[in-house]
Amino acid sequence: MKQLPEGFLLIVKKACPTCELIEPVIYEMSAAGLQMTIYSQDDPAFPAESEAVLYDESLEISYDLDIETVPTLIRVREGSEVARLVGWHREEWQAMTGVSALGTGLPDYRPGCGALNVDPGMQRELAARFGISGLAARRVEVAEISDEMETCFEKGWTDGLPVVPPTPERVLAMLKGTSRSPDEVVAVVAPNKVPCSVEKVAINAVLAGCKPEYLPVVLAAVEAASLDEFCMQGLLATTYFSAPVVIVNGPIRHAIRMNSGINAMGQGNRANATIGRALQLVIRNVGGGEPGGVDRSTLGSPGKYTFCFAEDEEGSPWESFAVQSGYAPELSTVTLFPGHGIHEIFDQLSRTPESLARTIASCLLSVAHPKICMASDAVLVISPEHAAVFREAGWTKQKLLAELHNLLQRPGSELVRGVDGIAEGLPEAFADNPAIPKFKENGLMIVHAGGKAGKFSAIISGWIASGSMGSQIVTREINQ
Amino acid sequence: MKMNTVLMDPTAELAPVERTRLPRPDSLVGKTVGLLDISKARGEVFLARLGELMAADGISVRHYKKPTFARVAPLELLQQMSVEVDLVVEALAD
Repeated sequence: MKQLPEGFLLIVKKACPTCELIEPVIYEMSAAGLQMTIYSQDDPAFPAESEAVLYDESLEISYDLDIETVPTLIRVREGSEVARLVGWHREEWQAMTGVSALGTGLPDYRPGCGALNVDPGMQRELAARFGISGLAARRVEVAEISDEMETCFEKGWTDGLPVVPPTPERVLAMLKGTSRSPDEVVAVVAPNKVPCSVEKVAINAVLAGCKPEYLPVVLAAVEAASLDEFCMQGLLATTYFSAPVVIVNGPIRHAIRMNSGINAMGQGNRANATIGRALQLVIRNVGGGEPGGVDRSTLGSPGKYTFCFAEDEEGSPWESFAVQSGYAPELSTVTLFPGHGIHEIFDQLSRTPESLARTIASCLLSVAHPKICMASDAVLVISPEHAAVFREAGWTKQKLLAELHNLLQRPGSELVRGVDGIAEGLPEAFADNPAIPKFKENGLMIVHAGGKAGKFSAIISGWIASGSMGSQIVTREINQ
Repeated sequence: MKMNTVLMDPTAELAPVERTRLPRPDSLVGKTVGLLDISKARGEVFLARLGELMAADGISVRHYKKPTFARVAPLELLQQMSVEVDLVVEALAD
């Protein structure tokens, strides 16, 4: 606590009837020669005839003094508070001031009014502004005449869309979404290999428009993106299209109301939209990865703004991707796939799993290039109507994957460079291989999502540099 | 309240480290040149030809290779090149 002015401190506001009532008392105290400092919360000209009024417009003094009620009278000796009265109680005021005739014409007792600094919402704001917030990030002051939204653009903090200005109040509220300490280092973020704290993730989650309850998902996504096997550095630097595609499994999908149904990979759901965006903003703002800088993508893809959705586990005929990867169903996970797209699978006529599998295989052949094999991975997003075909026939996910594997093998003679008049293709050395699979082992993954109507599924194509030589799909558990 | 808005900096707050490049040599005579193939398609063809031309001019050449273009070069490779050659040419694009 700062050194307080000697004598008496009185905190008042004009809008309080008790404060107006005791106005004569203030003049009596001055007349008695008491040393007084008066802080008015709402009107610099109240009390009108006192010369000792200071306007606590920012409420900093009131916040520092922890005022809850006006009037509050504080006795200060040697810079420190020694006594405090709240409201008007004549005998107590007389005793504390030593002025025996103080307020003789007034009622014996009147309660005070609520102080402005404890108005709803105000305490949080003042705590962020004047309190010891525990936040370590640099504070950037935006002049009153400037627009803070424009400032965020000017500072280069956005992906091109407007962001939510990351005020200390919002960052503190965001941090309530996790039990982790703001200064804990979450990960070393690419491309600049920057140690990134929980606080920095929270600031970027504010920018992205997240609610505090999304923060654990964003934190897990940042951790996953920074795993060596995900190779975020290369994924960002590549001239290819890909970026992290975020897939969420487990109970948190419902807790934060993520969308796994109609338009699951499209717009309209705050959690889907902002979690993916927050990850991208961390890479941009903390990691330093900007288009034209380390990000060299030739064309990019819309998913570089955000690409995040939840799996529809309840409607799926199969175990979820997370369960298939060894996580218990009651755990929540975030999975990152280095991908882009999406590419459609149209089939309204297949009623047997054999026919539908052939459609899916035909479409999968075009990933990257019909003559390129064992390069890109892919995620197959099966929608409910297509899933029903497999469910009714009793096909497991493993059976579908095995069938697709069989359908996606072709002789090298059809794939090598020059065949079909196309220069692109596999090296000549593959020409004699009778059966080359389209995907590497475990290079094709299946999740279930989408609206209940529509015989369409989707392919999310992966980065051409997949596997241990590039980027691999990664999954992390989400912890509160 | 009339006050300036305060925003929390979302960036790394680090001044970028700018390392100045070594001056370009006026001549390659007497230098050892590293040729780094980053495993991009046909990079080795380009570097092999460059190596031939340099060798014909009496320039000493050493060949190196990154395991994959998708990842940064292994530290051992960077250290090895830094002590064995005076400058490096790498074939970046396909």
